[in-house]
Amino acid sequence: MSQTATPSDIAAAYIQHGPYGVGHDPHGHGHREARGHGSGGPAPKRVIIGYGFWIFLLSDIVMFSGFFAAYAVLAHATAGGPTGKDLFDLKRVGIETGCLLASSFTCGLAYVAATMKKQLQTQFWMLVTGLLGLVFVILEVLEFYEMVVAGAGPTRSAFLSAFFALVGCHGLHVTVGGLWLGTMMAQIWFKGFRPHIMRRLLCFNLFWHALDIIWVALFTIVYLLGAGA
Amino acid sequence: MSSHDEDWGEHDDAAPGDEHTGGSGFGAIQVYLLGLLLAVGLTIASFWIAGSNLVWGPGIPAALLALAVAQIGVHLIFFLHITSGPENANNTLALAFGVLIVLLVIVGSVWIMAHMNHNMMPVPMDKLMRMQR
Repeated sequence: MSQTATPSDIAAAYIQHGPYGVGHDPHGHGHREARGHGSGGPAPKRVIIGYGFWIFLLSDIVMFSGFFAAYAVLAHATAGGPTGKDLFDLKRVGIETGCLLASSFTCGLAYVAATMKKQLQTQFWMLVTGLLGLVFVILEVLEFYEMVVAGAGPTRSAFLSAFFALVGCHGLHVTVGGLWLGTMMAQIWFKGFRPHIMRRLLCFNLFWHALDIIWVALFTIVYLLGAGA
Repeated sequence: MSSHDEDWGEHDDAAPGDEHTGGSGFGAIQVYLLGLLLAVGLTIASFWIAGSNLVWGPGIPAALLALAVAQIGVHLIFFLHITSGPENANNTLALAFGVLIVLLVIVGSVWIMAHMNHNMMPVPMDKLMRMQR
């Protein structure tokens, strides 16, 4: 009987030592530095928030995969209307890509400047990031406008419905990201580089880089495969 | 159990986006610059291949997809600083799960719909008459 653990024994051990059997070290000695692996207490707030936001971004990407799947299935359902070859202007898409890639880079520079607590440098690079994002959104709105005026709106065919849903959803993300960027600039300006502001900036950085990753998949699958091959 | 934990205890977890260049801003900027350089190169390669006959025609989609996957990898490593190190194990595992779901959704949809298209092929009239009898 002494060899077998009853459920109450297991529960008692769980309460005392935690799920991994190594305990939370309530007396304050032992492996304090081994965070997040069952001992030494929880990970720093910054890591937990970054991880949580990473999970959100991945679920956002999973949502995008639904739009990508719809587009891939409906790409040839043009209902006799214009195809991607007729509609897509690769020169404009190239400029959009350049803007977003450069803004991803300047966003990284802004974060580096913020970790060194350089106010003006941070504000400058964030402003450049925002302006590049704005150029991207303007070019995209212009493209949508021209397509709708030319009679190739989202109601023309299943292909165009899927196109506007996918590309529009990404554009909406960039727009919302731009609003977030403006808020972050104001918060950094008035509140300085406090720890919770820096955590928000980390999350914003992740968001902006994730948008660029989605755009890479988007310009390849929608524009390059649609216009070229 | 405890030896296993000690192997891992050397490192703190890292948040996604954290740099591991020892904290100096200069090294971090170098990482971003290298990432930008690689990403621009891959982007130019994709746009170039799409508009040229450099690659055998039917091979273009495969080439473009390979370039896109490579560029996404560059973004993940140089911009989001996701590495294979033990401090990044949680981030990498979450990413792996995300990629699994994305692939299931996209490949599954395309596969199933292609089969349905195939099954919905118009049937020749004489065959249809035979089926009705």
